Order: sequence, then structure tokens, then C-alpha cells
Amino acid sequence: MTIAIADFGTPAPSVNGHAADSVEVTIDGHPLEVPAGTSIMRAARASGLDIPKLCATDNLKAFGSCRMCLVEVEGRRGLIASCTEPVAPGMVVRTQTEKVARVRRGVMELYISDHPLDCLTCAANGDCELQDMAGAVGLRDVRYAEGDNHLGEAKDESNPYFTFDPSKCIACSRCVRACAEVQGTFALTIDGRGFESKVATGADDFLASECVSCGACVQACPTATLMEKSVIDHGVPDRTESTTCAYCGVGCSFRAEMKGDQVVRMVPHKDGKANHGHSCVKGRFAWGYANHKDRITTPMVRESTADPWREVGWDEAIDFAATRLKAVQAKHGRKSIGGITSSRCTNEEVWLVQKMVRAAFGNNNVDTCARVCHSPTGYGLRQTYGTSAGTQDFDSVQDADVIVVIGANPTEAHPVFASQMKRRLRAGARLVVCDPRRIDLVRSPHVEADHHLPLQPGTNVPLMNAFAHVVVTEGLVDRAFVEERCDLESFEEWVEFAKSKENAPENVAEILGVDAEELRAAARLYATGGNAAIYYGLGVTEHSQGSTMVMAMANLAMATGNVGRRGVGVNPLRGQNNVQGSCDMGSFPHEFSDYRPVTDEAVRTEFNRHWDVELDDVAGFRIPNMLDHAVAGDFLGLYVQGEDIAQSDPNTQHVEAALANMECLIVQDLFLNETAKFAHVFLPGASFLEKDGTFVNAERRINRVRALMPPKSGVHEWEATARLATALGYPMAYSSAEEILAEVAELTPSFAGVSFDLLDEVSSVQWPCNETAPLGTPIMHEQAFVRGKGLFILTDYQPTPERANRKFPLLLTTGRILTQYNVGAQTRRTDNLAWLDEDVLEIHPADAELRGLRTGDWVSVASRKGEITLRAQVTERVAAGVVYTTFHHPETGTNVVTTELSDWATNCPEYKVTAVEVRPANHRSEWQERFSERTRVQALALPTP
Amino acid sequence: MANTRVHIPQDVSAVACGADAVAEDFAAAGLDVVRTGSRGATWAEPMVEMADDTGSRTAWRNVTADDVPEVLKQGNAHPKCLGAVDAIDWLAGQHRVVFDRCGTDHPLALPPTVALESRLDAAPTALIDEIETSGLRGRGGAGFPAHIKWRTVRDTPAEQKYLVCNADEGDSGTFADRLLLEGDPFRLIEGMAIAAIATGATRGFVYLRSEYPDAERTFAAALKRAYEHGMLGNSVLGSAHTFDLELFVGAGAYICGEETSLLESLEGRRGEIRAKPPVPAIAGLFGQPTVVHNVISYAAVPGIMQGGGSAYAELGVAPSTGTMAFQLAGNVLRGGLIEVPFGITLAEIVEGYGGGTRSGRPLRAVQIGGPLGAYLGQEDLDTPLTYEAMANIGAGIGHGGIVVFDDTVDLAEQAHYAFKFCEVESCGKCTPCRLGSVRGKETIQTILDGRAGPRELTMIRDLCEVMESASLCQMGGMTPIPVLSAMERFPEDFKR
Repeated sequence: MTIAIADFGTPAPSVNGHAADSVEVTIDGHPLEVPAGTSIMRAARASGLDIPKLCATDNLKAFGSCRMCLVEVEGRRGLIASCTEPVAPGMVVRTQTEKVARVRRGVMELYISDHPLDCLTCAANGDCELQDMAGAVGLRDVRYAEGDNHLGEAKDESNPYFTFDPSKCIACSRCVRACAEVQGTFALTIDGRGFESKVATGADDFLASECVSCGACVQACPTATLMEKSVIDHGVPDRTESTTCAYCGVGCSFRAEMKGDQVVRMVPHKDGKANHGHSCVKGRFAWGYANHKDRITTPMVRESTADPWREVGWDEAIDFAATRLKAVQAKHGRKSIGGITSSRCTNEEVWLVQKMVRAAFGNNNVDTCARVCHSPTGYGLRQTYGTSAGTQDFDSVQDADVIVVIGANPTEAHPVFASQMKRRLRAGARLVVCDPRRIDLVRSPHVEADHHLPLQPGTNVPLMNAFAHVVVTEGLVDRAFVEERCDLESFEEWVEFAKSKENAPENVAEILGVDAEELRAAARLYATGGNAAIYYGLGVTEHSQGSTMVMAMANLAMATGNVGRRGVGVNPLRGQNNVQGSCDMGSFPHEFSDYRPVTDEAVRTEFNRHWDVELDDVAGFRIPNMLDHAVAGDFLGLYVQGEDIAQSDPNTQHVEAALANMECLIVQDLFLNETAKFAHVFLPGASFLEKDGTFVNAERRINRVRALMPPKSGVHEWEATARLATALGYPMAYSSAEEILAEVAELTPSFAGVSFDLLDEVSSVQWPCNETAPLGTPIMHEQAFVRGKGLFILTDYQPTPERANRKFPLLLTTGRILTQYNVGAQTRRTDNLAWLDEDVLEIHPADAELRGLRTGDWVSVASRKGEITLRAQVTERVAAGVVYTTFHHPETGTNVVTTELSDWATNCPEYKVTAVEVRPANHRSEWQERFSERTRVQALALPTP
Repeated sequence: MANTRVHIPQDVSAVACGADAVAEDFAAAGLDVVRTGSRGATWAEPMVEMADDTGSRTAWRNVTADDVPEVLKQGNAHPKCLGAVDAIDWLAGQHRVVFDRCGTDHPLALPPTVALESRLDAAPTALIDEIETSGLRGRGGAGFPAHIKWRTVRDTPAEQKYLVCNADEGDSGTFADRLLLEGDPFRLIEGMAIAAIATGATRGFVYLRSEYPDAERTFAAALKRAYEHGMLGNSVLGSAHTFDLELFVGAGAYICGEETSLLESLEGRRGEIRAKPPVPAIAGLFGQPTVVHNVISYAAVPGIMQGGGSAYAELGVAPSTGTMAFQLAGNVLRGGLIEVPFGITLAEIVEGYGGGTRSGRPLRAVQIGGPLGAYLGQEDLDTPLTYEAMANIGAGIGHGGIVVFDDTVDLAEQAHYAFKFCEVESCGKCTPCRLGSVRGKETIQTILDGRAGPRELTMIRDLCEVMESASLCQMGGMTPIPVLSAMERFPEDFKR
């Protein structure tokens, strides 16, 4: 148990923000003072007096079933379960008496009478609470003759990551409770009663059940009943390192449990401020891609994409790349090359790429993948509030009375935060879901939306304007807040705008396809239901009015006084682990770090001085500009850090045409991704297990990522970038990521106080972290808006030109599923494929019937841009007229269909609205055939191992 | 005897003995038949009563359809005639506060609700004081002072408070709840309405076991009538009080007779024990303050209100005040429900009312308080039936079930049965009950098989200590009572 962490047995008493009264008690002669409501067990354990326990663990409510924790309390009859009994003033507790010892031993004797005696060969040997407790209570003999038992129960090995061995189950219900209380899925139950009680899933096995494989049950299990297969295979880990998950923007903290430099399992960190000890199937289990055979760990170069790849040393690769880039610039000008930073990489890695572009390339042609996801968030919130980020921390949701989810599907895309949100919903918060699909939150066990507004894709803005109309015309404005905190002139204009008949629910109902009365009720609930918080995702931003919509939400929150304290706010659920950070680092072509314009002379002067270079004062190209110019033939060199634009960006055929034109395409990645099929230089990247640095999650939380092992390629990613910059004639000499972060802090006001030392000390901070907020800022705009007065901006609705018509009568919208992540480069290389190994098209039964389609049929999806073939899934999750798919599998080519239409302010693509027709199909699309051929050729181009 | 009214129980105990056919034949003979509840003299069922012009009634016992012509012909001279009902010793000796109406009229005949009417304007605390004065203790088994629950619920701030009636009468040999629900359902409704006014609860649930379909039918019909007559709903009997009462039928688990399991089940979950604290009076149904009482506890309330708390307190032997509805069953000549003040001895019940064993063989053991109650022997029969006196001999009154055994009983088998019962009915949440019941059963089996020695008896005693002191609820906690009482009082049965 070298890596055991303290478990106080029961949660700290909930105090609703007030300091609890303290209570004085005596336990085993020790006088203690603990908060009222604390269990005897917690009080004792917190002061180092370990009371035995099996069913208790401090992230679950006390349950009182194992009866190992009995104690004697002076003045009370019998024995008292210390987990369920709160301390009382003056209580005198004895945790070790003869009677207590005898009874605990008797209970343990019962447990062991129905438990295999195979400790020495058990996977949990050394990591088993039952074993520990048997030792602690001094059980020496099991006197019962062999009787009825569960030793013959069959194992369930259906889940790819863990086994369920009921013969080792002690029926403590920790798994069942974790599934309910921590994850909120309620996939597990106890079936049968008495001796027949057993853990059951409600299906034939775990894989077929509603289990989402978050692993909370495995973590909760005190025995080997639920066990990671990796531990079964490799044995119990012997050391641990803290790090941060590299999947979504929740940014879960993990303890990587290791043996040597091998990760044995990932266990979510109890002290992780974003996840509080919880995780999802990706973070906990889907890290095997880091060791996948497809990983490329040696640099490669080639003259042209028709040539085979040549494995070379780092020096040669860097020279090759530098020479090529210089040649492109020499031929086509300084601005003919650029770079794209990655939201998957660390702040330090991103910082160097944008620095290389600005300082070594000599232009501002740097952009980042946030372009295609949350750029409207940055823009909209900056315009209205003054900061390009969400307003709250995740924990704030625990104070929300009304939760409005717009265009986000947290249970799939931000599962760990979804669990926290569902916890709050189960405790009574009201819920409004605005989504064309009937996502899980609309109705799932113990959660039901008060209002689901299934609006048509592309109609967010009239929806928000109608909310505003209700608020303004029904007298629901928080005048005091507005008068104190907001710009009144803009407010008055906004009131006039909101009031207009055009924005009345009755007027927009038809556009939205939503009942006007329902809409009014939802708006009233938001405005009058107490603390109201908006959570949104790409269903807001990835539209041609993405920025308008962000501002519309920001207006509404201001008008109702729902900004600047816990439980409220406008909260973007950002997609990638470091999408916030990569933006913060100055990855946009018009902005330095902290979102300061490159045209700002003072800022530029500071950078010039610090970097010893004359920086360009003109904004550079955004990704779509880069692609357009590539097609046009005057942008021909690109450094792509950890992003697969050939799969992820819209209108794939346009992207492919651009990439095919490149004279120097450098890809830095773990795998030979779709973009790399067009590349000339491949620089092997480092997985998150090999990275050292920081990520910033969706709540502006700066988390440490720690290298658990050296990079497989032998070179840190930041080091590769630095060497390229140096080869281009701009020397970069860093000895560590820590040194890079120090430079970030020096040049970025909101990171001024951030350092590895601080993060090692306090684990994480939320920016701004500086002199005024040395430990960071959980809630933004508390006293005043960052921009001064909150600015209302009018949000006229300009419908997208992409509309359904006779030829393309359905609207396609795209998204993600729980077990896969974005382009799937990682998750497709894990056992997560056990759940779903292809993209499927969700289609409403009415639309399916009209076309003679059944679930499982092959269908063609054609838009004005292209055509793909995939399987249909007939479901009422989507409304009639709407179809839905994901973009996890490159061979599907989902983005072949999507258009290059984009947000007016930020060019964030309109992935969420594409007019399509769906027909039965019996062959793959033309593009898919081409894709297969290219994949075949490129596979041949790889060096043979 | 034309136009004479004949009262024939429709209670399950009478129907099981052929009461329906008897009723048909009386009706066919042109008599005006009124189906009633049972007076509880199950040994006499079907007990047929006929009223004369003055309303005084004469009874015949064990009437079969074949008897009908002769009863009509012979009247009082018929050998099964028990004479005037008021003069039947078995009934006349009782002191009925709860069951005084039961069996006298059709269960859905709307009775006067004097107790409720008189208390509509009373101060809630005055009602609680009255209950405190009466000394009423919970009749479900634990004997917890009722007024404390009421006052706790009254004093715990909450938007919604509940009353829950535990009608999950699962103890073998008990039937008081059923008798009342089938015979005088309005008594329960009235009692709960008064408790609602006293505690501030506006919603109530009666949790009925699924094995009582007749009680379900009768009580559901009574609820409907109660609403129609304004006893329930937004304005109880025209007052400002709201009280809505619902019937909820369980799913066949003994454990749901335990109050916290019952609440879990009522909330739609698996019937499993909740750890206490908090007690239901503070956080009960849906986390709200809840009074949970047995049927008889609520049904005692109108009588207490009508006669006054002090009068009730004068009955019995303080602090076991009032009356208790004992239910006599098993190998006994005259079984049935006997409502008498606390303090009567076991012998008076078993031998006096019961008339000894039905088999005629010597009585050997009596189990009191349901399947988890103690086995007592001859030497215990003079013990008065009070909570305190019973506790002194290691027994309890429980829900008032008394089961009689003659000298053919094997107490080791009974101890085996106790563990077996616990095994079958355990919810499975806590380990001592879930596993201990099985290991106990297996160990006693070795005794029954003659394979055991002192070691096994020690193991049983050790196990009983674990179950008694470590179980989460009384299911596992009380299983040792029948086991240990059998071992202690009848040690010879455990030596084989």
C-alpha cells in the first residue's frame, strides 16, 4: 500500500458555504474539535485514529452496511456504526474495546467464510481493503464449515478495461453507489436480496449495459471484484506521479500509477479541483494509444508526397525543414509560410510555435485549432465583458438554481463535468436544454429537463433574442445590477432591440420549430429561478452567427444579473485539453498572448525588446485564409503542430487541394495523420505521458502536466520547435519547459504569477494569477467587468445561407460521442472501439421511412460540397428534418460534406448546419474511394520496420 | 324470521371458512344480509349474528352453509348458538378501544367521526400533549413513545411533512392490521387525520402488504368514500386543514415492514434499510419529516381523543399504558384477536382466552412478538404482558403476536427456522444479517444432524452476539432472540 492515499471514510459535512460550528468530542481519550455534522469515523480518521471500514469511502455518502466500523459511545446502548453517526457535543467514543474487537472479528469471519482464500495469487494482493481489514481486526480462524457461497460465480470480462469477478464481491455497494452518486449513470444495482444480493447491470454484461465505463466503480471497489485489466496483467503499481488528462477541456487531474516507467493505471486525483477524484472512460482507460504500434518516433522527410518517407536523424530533419521553409520564403515572400498551434499541446509548446512564426518566420501567420471551435467565445465574451474566457469555475455549478445548456452535450463531450452538473440537478436545480437533439440530459435516470427546446440547427440567435424579449417585456430585468455594472447607453439600445415584435417568442416560434409558450416559460425560469447559469458548447459557436450568439447570451446574463458570483455565469465548455491555453498563449494571427492586438505598439515594443526582434505589426492569416492562399498558390509552407486539419476542418476537398499545393508541409504529431499524408517533413511528437508543462482547462485552470517518461522520440516537442527556429536563424535556447513558462509569465499579465513552483505547491490556479490575485481567480467579473462596464451588443439575426431546399431537404449537424475523441487519432487506437467503431448517421424515423431506410443500412449523405457513405441509425434522438453524425473516423470523411461557411467575426466554421440529402447507398462515395487509395499509397510510403 | 338482519363477516378469516356461501344461503332465505368485518374471534368464524327488534344481537359460531336451515329453524336452540353477543365471555372480557366497532357493521358504513370533528380547531400542540398524556407507544413492535415522533415532526421545519402508516404486517401469526383495515378502515383514516392536524403533515401514505388483497379493496373503497364525505382532501370536514391520503401496495418483502426500508420502497427504490440517524421524524419520506406508525398506533388515536388521554393512561400498567391487540394463533383452541389492557398475563391469554392447545397435548412453548420474538416456556406464563416485564425475561411484545406450541415442537428446528427466516427475508445490505443468517442456519443444521458439539453451540452464541450488536436493523438484530431463547429454555433439544 505504498501509494494509498488518505480516505476519511465519509465526506466532509456539507455546510452550504457557512463555516460549520465545531464540536468537541473525545475519541480514545483524545480531545478533538471537528465541524458539526462530521461522522465519528471521519473525526477519528482525520486525527490519525483509523477505524476499520469496508463500505465507507469519503467520496460516497455513508451507507452503514459493512458493520466493521462499530464503536462504543459512552451513554449509548450497544455498538454504534461510526460512519453513519455524526459527532455530538461532549461525545466520548471508544474505538477499541474488547467487545468491539470481538464483534469486528466476528463480522470479518463472516466475510471470509464467503471469500476465496487466494490472496497470494489475487490481482489485488497488496491493494485490497478486505485483506487489510482482516489483518487489522486480527482474524485468525474461520470456524464455519464450508457452506453456501458465491465462489463459483462466473467472471464478466466483457469490458475491455476491467473485469468483474463476483466471486470476490463483498456486496458493500460501493460500486453501485459510485455509479449513482459520483457518475450519475445508475447503471449498476444490487439484484436479489439477502444472501442472493449481487451487483448487476441490468443487461447480460457490463459492455452491453448502460455502463459508460467511467471506472468510478473500479476505483470504489475495495477488493479484486472490479479490477483494471492492466493491473491484472502487470501487477500492483509501486509509485505515482500527478499529471493532467490530455483529452477534453475539463482537465482532470490524475495520479499516474506506475511501475518503473510503465503506467499501470490512471487514477483520478481526489484533490483535482476540476474533477474531484472522478474521470471518464477516456481519461482513466484510453491512454494505450501512447504505446500504439502506429506511433512514429523517428523524424522523416521526403522530397515530394509521391516519394517514400526517409527516416532521418533530428539534425537532418530540422535542416531539411529549415532549408525548405527558407526556400519557400525566398521564392514566394516572407508571408508565404505560417504555422498552426495545437490545443492538444502544452502552453510551453504552443508558446514556442507562435514565437517561431512571429520571430523566425517574420510574420503573424499563426493560428490555432480554436479557430474551428471556440473562437467566437473569445470574441463575444471579450466584446461584452472584456475577457476571452468563461466566467466561472466548475464547482460554481453547485450553487446554480437554474442550469441552461445550449448546444452542448456534456455527458458525451465533458463527462466529468456532466457528472457534477447532474449531481446538482439531482439535488434540485432546474434545467433547460436547448438542442436540436434529445441529448441524455433531457431525460436520464434522476435527471429531467424542465424544458427541452429542440430548435432547428442555425436558429440559436432568434432563440436568445426571444429570451431577451421575454425578460424585457415581462419586467424581469435586474435593474440594480444593470445600473451598477453595465454600460447604460448600450443597455437602453438593447432593450429597444429586444422589445421589438420581431423577437417575440410567438414570432420566432416557427423559425425555431419550438412552442412559443414553452420558450416563454424557459425564459422566465432563467430570469426568475434564482442563480441561473448558462453552459454552452460548439452548438453555439460553430455557426455563421457564432459570435452573435455568444454576445446574445452574454447580454441576457447581464440583463438578469447572472454574472459575477458563484452559481451563475456564461460558461463555455471548451473542447480540448488546452484550447483555452493555446489561445491565451497568443496563437491568433492578430493577437499576442492575453489577447493583445499585434497592432498595439506598446505591446509589440515589449515583445520586440524581450525577443530581440522587430515583429510584424500586421495581422497574419487565419487558417481559412492560409488554405485559400495555398490553393491560390502564394502560401506554400506550413508548420502544423498536433492538429489534423485534413480530417477536422470543413470542406475536406478544399483542404486537400490546399495541402497538395504546399511546397513545405511540416507535421508534428504522434501518428501519420491525414494531414501528414500531404507532408514533406514529419517531426515525431510526445504523448501527454512524455510532456512536461501546463494545460489550461475550460475554467481557466492552469494544471501541471508532468513527464512520466522521456519522449519516445528523444526530443521534447518544444525542443524540436526551438531547433527549427534556431536553424531558421532565430536562436532559441531553452533548457526546460519551466523556463518557457517563466517567459510566458513575464510577457503575459494574466499569467504573471504562474510558475512551476507555484503549481507544484497549490496544484492548480485559475488565471488571472498575478499580484492582485496571487492564487488565481475562480470567478470573473466579481466586482466589476474586466472591460469596466458590461457592454450590451445588439444581436440581429442573419440566417445562414446554408438552408434546406428541395434538393437538400435535411439539415446535418455534427458532434462527438463519449468513447471517441475528435478526429479519433488517439481513441481509435484504444479499446474504446469496443463501444462503437464507426461514424453513423442518426436519422428520424419519419425521414427514414420516407427514404426506405432502416438502422444499419448504408446511406449516402450528399451536400453542395461533397458526398460520403455511412450507416444509418434510425432514432428519435434527432428531430424530423435533422440528421446527425460524428467525425471520429477519417474513412467516413464527415467534413467532405460540411461547408466553408463560417462565423462572420472569427471564421469559426459552420459545422453545425449543412443542408444534405440522404439516400440509400450500395457503394462508397467517390471521395471515400480516393481516400482509400491515398491511404494505401501512403502506407506503402512508410519505411518498413 | 323474515326481515331480520343477519351480520356475516366478509373478513378473510371468515371467508376462508366458508362465510360467502353462508351469506348466500341466508340471503336466499330472504334475510337482509349485512357483510361486516370480523370481531376477531377467529375460532368462531364464520360467526353469524342476528339482531332482534331492540338491536341486541345473538351469535352462532362456525356456521357452515349446511347449518343455515337449522340455524334459521332452531334459532337460539341451535347447538352452535353462542347466545347474546354482549354476553360472550371471550368478547365481553376484552377492553376494546381500537377494535370496538370492528365487526359490528359493514366496513364502508360511514361511522361518526366525533373524535376528529371535536379536534378540528384544537391547537396542534394540545393534541400532541393529549397523546403524551395517554402514554401511547408504537404498536408496530418497538413501543416508541408516539408523542415524541409527533412533536419532532411538528418542530422540524419543512415545506412538506408526511404521515406514513405501516400496514406491511409481515409477522407470522399476526393479523390485527388486516382485521382493522377490513373491518373498520375509517378508524385508521380518522386517526391519521388527527395526527396530520397535530403534526402539520398534509400528505399521508398507507403502505399495505401485497398479500392483503381484501384489505386493499376495502381500504381503497374507504378512501374514496372518505374523500366523498370530506374527511380527506383540501378541507378536512370543512376545516382549514389539508390532508391527502394514498394507498400504496408493497411488493412482497418482509423487510419493508421495517420503517426505513418501507420509506425506500415508498420512494420507488429497492426495499433496503437506511442507516439511522437521521430518524424519519427528521428526514423520512423524500427526506422530509415523517411520522411512521403502525396501523394500530394511528387507530388508537380517535379512541384516545374521545375518551381523553388520562382515561387511556389509566388502562394498563404504566409505562405500558392503554390496550394492546394481542393476536393468538398457532396450536391453540380459541385463537383470535384479544384487545385488553397491558398487564394481563400470558397464561390468561393462552389458557384463559385460548383454552390451551388445540391438539389437547401439553403446551410446551409460546413465541411472542412474531418470528423474531422469544420462545417462552411454562415457567414464563405468569409474566404480565407489559413492555417492561417482557424485557425482563428477554422477550418483547412486538406487534402482539402470540404463537402456541404443544410438546411435539422441536426448538432446535425452530432455531433453524429463525435463521432460515432471516436468510429469506434479509434485505442483504448489512453483513451480519446477509451472511450470518446463512452461517447460523448451516451451523444449526449440524446440530440437527447430530454432527455438532459444544464448539458449534459456542459458534452460535458468538454469531448471535455479532448479529445482535452489529446488524443494521432489527431483522438481523433480533434473529438471535428466538435462537438464544430456545437454546436457553430448551437446551435438551440442542443435544443430539
